Amino acid sequence: MGMEELLRMEGITKVYPNGIVANKNVDFSVSPGEIHGLVGENGAGKSTLMKILFGLEKAEQGRITLSGKEIRVDSPYAAIVHGIGMVHQHFMLVPSLTAAENLVMGLEPRKGIYLDLAGAIQTTEELGKKYGLEVDPRVAVRDLPVGIKQRLEILKALFRGARILILDEPTAVLTPQETEELFVQLKLLRQAGNTIVFISHKLNEIKALCDRVTIMRNGSVQGTFEVSGVNEQDISRLMVGRDVILEVQKTPARPTETVLAVRELVVFNRFRKRAVDGISFSVRRGEIVGIAGVEGNGQGELVEAITGLGIYASGTIAVGGKSVAGMTIKAIRQAGVCHVPEDRMTHGCAATLGIESNLMSYNHDMPEFTGPVFFKRKAIRANAQQLIEEYTVKCSSPTQEVGMLSGGNIQKVVVAREFSSDPSLIVADQPTRGIDVGATEFIRARLVELRDAGAAVLLVSADLNEVMELSDSLIVMYGGKVVAYIPDAKSVSEEELGLYMLGLRKQSPEEIGRVIHD
Amino acid sequence: MTRQQRLFEVVRTGLAILIALVIALVIILVVSNDPGDALSKFLLGPLDSFRHFGNVIELMIPLTFTGIAISVMFSAAQFNLGAEGGFFIGAIAASFVAINFSLPPVIHPIVAVLFGGLVGSLFCGIPAALKVRWGASELVSSLMFNYIAFFFGLYLINYFLRDVNAGAMVSYQFKSSALIATMIPKTRISFSLVVAIALVIAAGAFMARTRWGYRIRLIGANAQFARYSGINTNHVVLYSQIIGGFIAGVGGSLEVLGMYTRFTWQTLPGYGWDGVIVAILARNNPIFVPIAAFFLAYLRIGADIMSRYSDVPNEFVALIQGTIIILIAASSFLAKYRHRLVFKEATQKASPAASPEAAQGAKQ
Amino acid sequence: MIQMLSIIFNAEFGYSVLRVTTPILFATLAALISDKAGVMNIALEGIMLISALSGVVFSALTGSAGLGLLGAIVAGGLVGLFLAYCALELKTDIILSGIAINLMASGGTVFALFLIAGDKGISSSLASKVLPKINIPGIASIPVIGTMLSGHNVLTYVALLSVIAVFIFLYRTPLGLRIRAVGENPGAAASVGIGVTRIQYLALTLSGMMAGFGGAYMSMGYVSWFSKNMTAGRGFIALAAEAMGGATPIGSLLTSLLFGFFDALSNTLQLMKVPSEFVNMIPYAATVIGLVIYTVRRTRRDRLAREASGERASATAK
Repeated sequence: MGMEELLRMEGITKVYPNGIVANKNVDFSVSPGEIHGLVGENGAGKSTLMKILFGLEKAEQGRITLSGKEIRVDSPYAAIVHGIGMVHQHFMLVPSLTAAENLVMGLEPRKGIYLDLAGAIQTTEELGKKYGLEVDPRVAVRDLPVGIKQRLEILKALFRGARILILDEPTAVLTPQETEELFVQLKLLRQAGNTIVFISHKLNEIKALCDRVTIMRNGSVQGTFEVSGVNEQDISRLMVGRDVILEVQKTPARPTETVLAVRELVVFNRFRKRAVDGISFSVRRGEIVGIAGVEGNGQGELVEAITGLGIYASGTIAVGGKSVAGMTIKAIRQAGVCHVPEDRMTHGCAATLGIESNLMSYNHDMPEFTGPVFFKRKAIRANAQQLIEEYTVKCSSPTQEVGMLSGGNIQKVVVAREFSSDPSLIVADQPTRGIDVGATEFIRARLVELRDAGAAVLLVSADLNEVMELSDSLIVMYGGKVVAYIPDAKSVSEEELGLYMLGLRKQSPEEIGRVIHD
Repeated sequence: MTRQQRLFEVVRTGLAILIALVIALVIILVVSNDPGDALSKFLLGPLDSFRHFGNVIELMIPLTFTGIAISVMFSAAQFNLGAEGGFFIGAIAASFVAINFSLPPVIHPIVAVLFGGLVGSLFCGIPAALKVRWGASELVSSLMFNYIAFFFGLYLINYFLRDVNAGAMVSYQFKSSALIATMIPKTRISFSLVVAIALVIAAGAFMARTRWGYRIRLIGANAQFARYSGINTNHVVLYSQIIGGFIAGVGGSLEVLGMYTRFTWQTLPGYGWDGVIVAILARNNPIFVPIAAFFLAYLRIGADIMSRYSDVPNEFVALIQGTIIILIAASSFLAKYRHRLVFKEATQKASPAASPEAAQGAKQ
Repeated sequence: MIQMLSIIFNAEFGYSVLRVTTPILFATLAALISDKAGVMNIALEGIMLISALSGVVFSALTGSAGLGLLGAIVAGGLVGLFLAYCALELKTDIILSGIAINLMASGGTVFALFLIAGDKGISSSLASKVLPKINIPGIASIPVIGTMLSGHNVLTYVALLSVIAVFIFLYRTPLGLRIRAVGENPGAAASVGIGVTRIQYLALTLSGMMAGFGGAYMSMGYVSWFSKNMTAGRGFIALAAEAMGGATPIGSLLTSLLFGFFDALSNTLQLMKVPSEFVNMIPYAATVIGLVIYTVRRTRRDRLAREASGERASATAK
């Protein structure tokens, strides 16, 4: 190659305790003074790789070499000592301290026993001027706009001597102007001799900013290229694809009437940006509609709005013809909606309670399970045992603590509870994330069965396999909008889907409008 | 919990108690001129006479009430420490009914006790309401309400119910129709023992077998999940503390009407704090509360007897109580072994994790 | 009514307000230090009791009030350290640890007193020393203010100065900066190499020492003996006062003065035949109201801050 290497990660393999292989023998290297893009879908392994580099995770195998010498990075502090700095998606700042105080935290300048505040302020100003990253040192961080906070994070890293800066999806929280400013600053940093790793899935940004790009998919590196030598289609093809096609056996869908009707839905997220920007679609009985898209394009907010866990600003959501605006969660459930949540430990179960207690959380006050005062214990136990058998939950008894089960079995408890409520609409959000193959196949087969029995299924999944194989039809979300509707999921190729998912192509309004079925 | 885990918890509790008792032993050895005698009075004193053993049971009863009250509130993960105040003000409310009204016997104490419970539920309910409505810490507000209950209660006693002829700061005599009869002769154990037993059964059934108790436990385990399941968490937070206050108030009423003929307390009796220890020992399970209450009462009476007949003052029981709380609630105490146990179980029962080969196997 | 007003707007009343505020102020500052580090010191009540006893005992043993004060401070610091051990090392929930320590202190101090002096409940036989009162010459001669401000026990002046000292410590020293960082965002502190647990240990020990001053004042200034449970809930009031004061030193001073006001008022009203029990209730009732007001404002501010910092719940895979 002949190109100078500043940092090299070799043979990195990382396996999580639940068996997921996040990084498979990854080789990654960065040259000095370049802006190097690292792209991949969620779950591709790019965040994990950088967490290993920054000492937040430990790899099972592999080594890291810096300027030719092997280094060990056991903690973020060790990373900083080696000159590696990271700007996270969640800022590591203390809200009530000023920008200057945040900058010097841990390395405070002193005047006798006192904190040299004036010195800290001066340092912040000088550093800001030097790198074009000006931040008002006297303002408390909680009063700073998001873009400035990010600048401060970068300054923090530079203050501690970082020569390599890792930025993890930095533009997710920025306005278009702030993004422009950031790019200008990053280019200045490059000129000053710093090296930048830019993690993103926004291809237009990679094109605009980076010198080289490394593409990851399913835990492996697909290749490293000069940005000038590839176009977005090429990148998309390498990013979005499947190594294995796990086929799901199913007969063609025969959808009937509409169950879920979403019209012109607008949801604001915490940054007051439109996470969901005027979406309309329908889901009918007897079909599985999958929402494909890179995470963070509004899917989470959409799910929360439909299931009653979040509020929405305008538009309508109707289940079975009735609007669910202002309904309590209990009422929405009674309208026939069930929800397999994305975060099963926080929202899907009570880990310290038994399986039986978890199975009855939504229907414990139904007449078949409770009399006027007491529970009908035999009925509850029989129901629990039947569900455990039906869903093949591996446990030692119906009263075993849910937290003791493996991830796949916990998820089976969650879906057993949700699916047995005889729902007309199932909202499944990442239903097979982080669980073993056996449980995955079981849950997918169940969803198809329920579809055949007449339920409407809305599937949200970052797993391309799942969303392409399990869904009958597909909606692609990008930037809070529906950019494509594919009536027959089998008719689209991964390449084409990738283009939609990455915002490179968009269907016409007529084509998208076909997703509304009445 | 599986059998292995349950056994582990019992061992852990036993070890904590053992350590606390060893500390007690050391203190006695150091402090006493006749440690053997002191120790025997402490450990065996409650058993040496019918009257002494009766004292243990007498103390066990109020501890059962406050223990269950705190257990219910802690089960909902509400750190409401207002059982102390609820107990006290409930006693005063019952005294009020016992002094000022004339009702037929049996009805009179029942009305008095129910009124006491009602007032107790108010005092624990207000911190709950403040938490639900404004998010104010129920810990601090319930602590404050303990003092409010105390001073307000004393105010009522000293200014409205005080018997000036009695020669001490006590209330008028309760009407005899209000008193609860002594159940076991030669002791002061009244029929409140029966009520206590009934409460244990009722509370146990409530927590384990009714939908309201289930909701309390669910919120204590994972409030977010409870919300997602459609449960109105505000209601549950509220009624768990109202119920706790009611039980504490009933306990205070029964204590005062069963053991005394006038209201004589000028300081907080402290049963509310003991209730915390009982609840911790009983793991918030009403069925185990009597056992924990008995154990604590035994320790207390033993220390009392020891202080009367030997040279070791009884306050050192507080040291034992504190040690027990710290050790039992210490998640790190024996955590290594628990981890090993849990890990062993999880790997035995878990389904096989995904292997990298399977993912790589069917290459396109 | 007029009688009450004439009593309040009186220099002597002002004097007594400062007098009774002193222990509360120490305890509130102690709560502040630990709160800033993200650990709640529920054991203030117990620490003050233990320090009060230590002060009496050490001053009687050594014949010196100064050494008694030192003993009280050291005792307070040790209990703070013990609390840190229980909560951070044994991982007992910090609230339960605090409750346990309060229980142990309440009984343990009576027990220890009996063992040391043979007194049951009150230290009558111990010849304990009292810390001196100080007359400030210049100020004493000013008409109204002089009566209010001069002639206080030395610890009262120490308490007032401590407000400034705590402010400087928290906001103008590197250690104070780290304490605040650890309390607000331990992840951020850890990422720059600050030892979170170490800082919390330190904060609790300092908190205990500050409460030690308060306890010493109770038994060596406010009165000159130790009696059972003499702190009467001041440790708990301090928690509410600290919260109400917006977790700042000056706020703590103001809220402590507020409670001192009610405390002094109750003492005075008792002389006026207003039922003392009724008046005693007022500080605690005021605390609850103040707590609610504070929480309402704080919840609103927290929500805005969370939105601004851009947090989003992350999915946890298991």
